[in-house]
Amino acid sequence: MNGLVAILMRDLRLASRRPTEALMPVVFFVVAASLFPFGVGPEPAMLKQIAPGIVWVCALLSSMLSLGGMYAGDYSDGSLEQMLISGTSALEVAVAKCTAHWLMSGLPLLLVSPVLGLLFGMETDAIGVLMLGLLLGTPVLSLLGGVGSALTLGLRNTAILILLIVLPLCIPVLIFGAGAVSAYEVGLAPTGHFYLLGALLLLSALGAPLATASALRISV
Amino acid sequence: MNKLPRFYTFAAPSRFYRLAGWTVPWFYAVAVVFALAGLYMGFFVAPVDATQGNAYRIIFIHVPAAWMSMVLYMAMAGWAAVGWAFNARMASMLARALAPTGAAFTFLALWTGAFWGKPTWGAWWVWDARLTSELILLFLYLGFMALVEAIDDTRRADQAGALLAIVGAVNVPIIYFSVRWWNTLHQGASISMTAAPSMASTMLTSMLLMTVACWSYAFAVVFVRARAIVLERERTTEWVQTLLGSSLEGAS
Amino acid sequence: MGDVMRAQDLTVRRGAEVLFKPLNFELRSGQLTWLRGSNGSGKTSLLRVVAGLTQADSGNLTWNGEPMSAASDYRARLLYLGHANGLKDDLSAMESLQFLTTLRGVRHSSERLQAALQRTGVAHRRKLATRMLSQGQRRRVVLARLALETGPGFWVLDEPFDALDDAGVALVQELFQENVQRGGSVLFTSHIAIEAAATPIQELRLQGMKVR
Repeated sequence: MNGLVAILMRDLRLASRRPTEALMPVVFFVVAASLFPFGVGPEPAMLKQIAPGIVWVCALLSSMLSLGGMYAGDYSDGSLEQMLISGTSALEVAVAKCTAHWLMSGLPLLLVSPVLGLLFGMETDAIGVLMLGLLLGTPVLSLLGGVGSALTLGLRNTAILILLIVLPLCIPVLIFGAGAVSAYEVGLAPTGHFYLLGALLLLSALGAPLATASALRISV
Repeated sequence: MNKLPRFYTFAAPSRFYRLAGWTVPWFYAVAVVFALAGLYMGFFVAPVDATQGNAYRIIFIHVPAAWMSMVLYMAMAGWAAVGWAFNARMASMLARALAPTGAAFTFLALWTGAFWGKPTWGAWWVWDARLTSELILLFLYLGFMALVEAIDDTRRADQAGALLAIVGAVNVPIIYFSVRWWNTLHQGASISMTAAPSMASTMLTSMLLMTVACWSYAFAVVFVRARAIVLERERTTEWVQTLLGSSLEGAS
Repeated sequence: MGDVMRAQDLTVRRGAEVLFKPLNFELRSGQLTWLRGSNGSGKTSLLRVVAGLTQADSGNLTWNGEPMSAASDYRARLLYLGHANGLKDDLSAMESLQFLTTLRGVRHSSERLQAALQRTGVAHRRKLATRMLSQGQRRRVVLARLALETGPGFWVLDEPFDALDDAGVALVQELFQENVQRGGSVLFTSHIAIEAAATPIQELRLQGMKVR
């Protein structure tokens, strides 16, 4: 447990020393989402309808973009090696890293999402549904992303590879997260979606760190 | 002396190479024969469908291709897992050989799906649950191939590919279920692939003939590719050197 | 009573290539072992196998009779320094040392860390971020990890004398001696010639596969 907490605290401390870099996923999130009105037109009714989808897709992409750096830095300066042989298990490393990733990308996205919701003219309670979905879904993105990140350690073009590997696996989260808001907006209860998101979260919380630990041992 | 081959005899690349070598022509032959029979039955003998006319006939290619794409993915994941668990190189080589063929069948299923959709539905593509799942399956195949290609160290590549294939295989039912949910969820947009007509016996026979043809073709192509991979990977071993040596002598 | 690491017919691969002929050795407490071999002969790969980072291709490696993976006390004894320093650019020497020792379950006070850095000659720069240190200074920060040890450690060191001046080399040899006298042992590689001081240095040679 010591090792897990130490790694987590260290990653947070490192992020705090490079605040601009740490904020990049959030900036990308907002910029990318803001492009859509230019592409599809500013008509409020339509924007409101496609808003959940846009927010979710941009959340997905910005999470993915920061995945490349999850292990890459530690791999190249030898910190990862030290972590793996220190007596801290690969599983603890995986959990610590995924948690750190979520705290630095998923959580900020979640906190910024209401702004985007307002930009697209969503109602406040719909925004609430959106945020709850993101709360359940962004950790899944970090967990699955950890697997992709660990598999592609030290390779060229990791950003594209990770996208290709991880995105298909994240499609269910996207479907249920955006679907929850759409369902709510037509008057259906989104509880089913939340249960399913919760189930996905549980499944990935149980399986992804194990897969990531395995991948770390393979790649190092 | 015990003449029965042991189960894991063909785990040795050299023995696989020889076995595959003499079975490949037979697989090709079976594939051609069954394909001709199946296509003839499907395109000429099977009756015209009442609602879809002649356009439905594409299912004789579409459905077997879709089946193969799923079966080959599972086979690929299975062999990759065996290779990883038992440190059996041949299993990993077979997994790598399966991937491009699986991807090709997926691509074929998507194309033929589009050809089916156009005359009957009016659009080249519909976001129907089955077709969309096939699309995601294609991405899974591409991800596997990209990953193993990107890693230079063969052992690491084999193991990483196995892990990814297993994760993918576990996700396939989840993805399929969620895509079906998504498809039925959106009101007024319950688009689905035009249902296959209820099967007359000739249609069923043609479908089965085509399935056997696809299986056989897959075996042939995968074995040819696997043989090439074996030669490349085992190029420093004695048996490959002698093989290449004798073929050079034969050529001159 | 001491610890023994034993290797029987150990072979290691890098990619498709088996690196050296099957290796047999015994590393006991109180021994200094110099791993030698030409460039590319697999020294680093062997050290990584001994440290438990990668698996051997064939043969077995045991710690006090148990296979490496099952040997629970091995991790506690092992100290591995690879080519890469394991230091983050944005952390100071103090923070890096604190992190690396906490990983192994040990918490040192700042005074102890400072004393270790003093011994290796970089205490005056201990609060600066690693990226502000020279290569030699970074190596000295890493060496402070050796200076922090109090128990009999099993040290696996890849080129510990790299980037060090004469004083640095002498210091490392001193640290080796102290470890060995506590009952620890050291397995290291080195390009420069090392002279045996109090403890004799046994040599372990890797033989390449190609016969010249």
